[in-house]
Amino acid sequence: MTNISKSIPKTDASEKISGKAKYVADIKIDNMLHALTVRSTIISGFIKNITLPDFPEGYYSVDYKDIPGKNVVKIIYDDMPIFTEKKISYLHEPIMLIVGPDKAKVKELASKVKIEYEEIKPVFDWVNSAIHYHFDKGDGDLVFNKAKKIITYDYETSYQEQAYLEPQGFIGYLEGDKVTLIGSIQCPYYVKNAVIQALGVSDDLVRVIQPTVGGAFGGKEEFPSLIACQLAVAIKKIKQPIQLIYDREEDMLVTTKRHPSRIHFEAAIGKNKNILGLKTNVGIDAGSYIGLSGVVLSRALIACTGAYTIDNLSVDGDVFITNTVPNGAFRGFGAPQMFFAVEMFMEHIALDLKVDPFEFKKKYLAKQGDKTSTNGLFRDPIIMNEMIEKALEISDYKNKKKLYNKPSSNRGIGMSLFFHGCGFTGSGEAKIIKAKVRLKKAKDGLVYILVAAVDMGQGIRTTLRKVVAQVMDIPIEKVVFDFPDTDKVPDSGPTVASRTMMIVGGLIARAAKELKEHLNETEYTVEKQYEQPDYIKFDDESFQGDAYPAYSWGVNILEVEVDPITYMVKVLNSWSIYDVGKAIDERIVMGQADGGLVQGIAYGYMEVMEHDHGILKQKNLTDYIIPTASDIGNMKTILYENPYAYGPYGAKGAGELTLIGGAPAVCLAIEQAINRRVTKIPATPEYLMELVKNGKNRI
Amino acid sequence: MAKIEFKLNGKLVSIETDLNRRLLDVLREDFSLTGVKEGCGEGECGACAVLMNNEIVNSCTVPIANVMDKEITTIEGFSETKRYKSLSEAFEKEGAVQCGFCTPGMMIAAESLLNKNPNPNDNEIKEGLSGNLCRCTGYNMIIKAIKHTIKDGEDK
Repeated sequence: MTNISKSIPKTDASEKISGKAKYVADIKIDNMLHALTVRSTIISGFIKNITLPDFPEGYYSVDYKDIPGKNVVKIIYDDMPIFTEKKISYLHEPIMLIVGPDKAKVKELASKVKIEYEEIKPVFDWVNSAIHYHFDKGDGDLVFNKAKKIITYDYETSYQEQAYLEPQGFIGYLEGDKVTLIGSIQCPYYVKNAVIQALGVSDDLVRVIQPTVGGAFGGKEEFPSLIACQLAVAIKKIKQPIQLIYDREEDMLVTTKRHPSRIHFEAAIGKNKNILGLKTNVGIDAGSYIGLSGVVLSRALIACTGAYTIDNLSVDGDVFITNTVPNGAFRGFGAPQMFFAVEMFMEHIALDLKVDPFEFKKKYLAKQGDKTSTNGLFRDPIIMNEMIEKALEISDYKNKKKLYNKPSSNRGIGMSLFFHGCGFTGSGEAKIIKAKVRLKKAKDGLVYILVAAVDMGQGIRTTLRKVVAQVMDIPIEKVVFDFPDTDKVPDSGPTVASRTMMIVGGLIARAAKELKEHLNETEYTVEKQYEQPDYIKFDDESFQGDAYPAYSWGVNILEVEVDPITYMVKVLNSWSIYDVGKAIDERIVMGQADGGLVQGIAYGYMEVMEHDHGILKQKNLTDYIIPTASDIGNMKTILYENPYAYGPYGAKGAGELTLIGGAPAVCLAIEQAINRRVTKIPATPEYLMELVKNGKNRI
Repeated sequence: MAKIEFKLNGKLVSIETDLNRRLLDVLREDFSLTGVKEGCGEGECGACAVLMNNEIVNSCTVPIANVMDKEITTIEGFSETKRYKSLSEAFEKEGAVQCGFCTPGMMIAAESLLNKNPNPNDNEIKEGLSGNLCRCTGYNMIIKAIKHTIKDGEDK
């Protein structure tokens, strides 16, 4: 049998290259109307009065009064209205849609809607905590009483915008009483369930279909449910096909971003320069609605010891509500913030203790059998030592680290060690998602994969087919995986949390094994539902137990040069080693590795998004700068195999892992190049200049 | 409204239209050439790139008035060519395609680059692609695909 990791051509590459693949904005329906969102022009307050202009025939407005069901977008935490009724909580909050046949006329009418407001003072400080979590490990903060020394640092991370190349949008139409929505999404059933609640209709009256999706990175996890609810309400009212597609500026100004964070760390140091315990206090800015923020915070808190084992912990975290754009899912989901902070903190502790940071970190590196931050267990083998050795060797890290200590070199090299908990945090998979998959051999002799997993570029249309073909020992051409359509596929859960191959792929592999026994029959369907392995138990209240069924691991080494006059950072080289269990397709995982790392590095030093009193300063790709081909250095990636017993062929999560180490690795390299301590990302030239002037020396 | 004539993917076309419309919209709406994508609408991302008289332009920044008597090649037209064949094979082989939204524009950028410089080095390739954003691939495999195409061309 061939090694499943051997790469094959991607299912959809040729239709994408030729421009034939249809994204939502490419789909035309006869008599389709255009919709545009009218948004608040104030940041905080109440609507006093709305005056609509005269509407020509065929033009409509749609607002909260038209919602037949509940005026709330079903997310994890249901607090965001579909259309606000009175209260304005952030700039550009949606108030109504204007719908009609001519785009320019719709725009003109939208601009003539007069809204009077009563403004109230907005809150931007992180003072209103909507969610607070706390957990301890071991003796908690009691060990601080025994400390010989306490080391304290504060870290800060900023927004990051997903900047998928295809802006968000939906089209939809009505057939009888049934609404069909086609949109750029990650989670067909999140959208479907949200629309069912908004319309107050039965399950069979909402259908959601995924077209080709132009990138997502978490940005199309929960936000599309809002657009879909608004559009569904409009379609129900107007009874014509309607298109609601954002342009880049609208997309950037109103869609969710990576939560800014502030992370306070304290380490209790013992007499042997050892860590007795850690205290951390983490704040994330949810913006004006909670949405997924609680879950983002959980993932951040659980990652508070990074790739290390620390016996005593006292962990606190808050989700703060401010009058800013709501934040949400972004590849990594809280982990990139925390891994930046903890990697820098471990380095800074070592530097303060005047010990070698690399040796110091290695001493605490998590091993199989260690307890996780939540007293779960690292059950599976951890091969980080081998991975680190390889990374050191191929990068010549130790020699360069010495060499670049010379200030005149203007160069630095940095290494990050990290993991990603695969799948949902805590009991989400077992209690909330309960993934279901179907595999069907049809009369035409083909095998159909029926799941709600979305290919947004990561290649699942190729890799799931590969798994089925290999398990059933049939040619891959016999395996069909059409775009998910909720009328045809069961709810296999959202395409998030690096869960698709491990969880959905695992179920599909089991289904394929069973279906193989029935290949002689003309038609046969196998259905499988996820069951959490018995030993995985997590208490969401106390944060105790196994937060994840499995962990993927990574090492990034970055080499940079910092211009001594402009403080511009140039990435020269990167070396990455990942353990994702088993790559179902090596080239596809390598593609995730390249793309994830570039996003992670850019999060660390390049991508700047800020708000000034609730007004985002960056609103297009001209002012929100993401890397171009000229910004990447030479990249070398190696995958290590470490199969996970419950994943298909041993596969674990791969998508998010590759983003997490970029920011700390690049910042540790920058630290060395400028001989200062970096505590904030993005590490822009302005910040580096300030550090060189007033910052603390690295050594 | 005025009459605009130009050559589109090798054929002479003529339309009555508002002169301020963007070439991008004319291509997508009037000619259903949806391989030309709108990513940013500000000439920054390159998803809407087409060739105008063999030079790469972002069609979102070109008013249709400027297209009079010009020769426009979109991905749909380019896909009929020999170079498309070798580039697209290399893109597939090297894993240069993820979400695909930038890919048609990337192909146009690659064509424009190789037109001017059939044998670019790494830096020239990176520079040649730097007007086209990709958020998925980190560019590494796209660069490899272009190198692959150059090498194949040399071998032949």
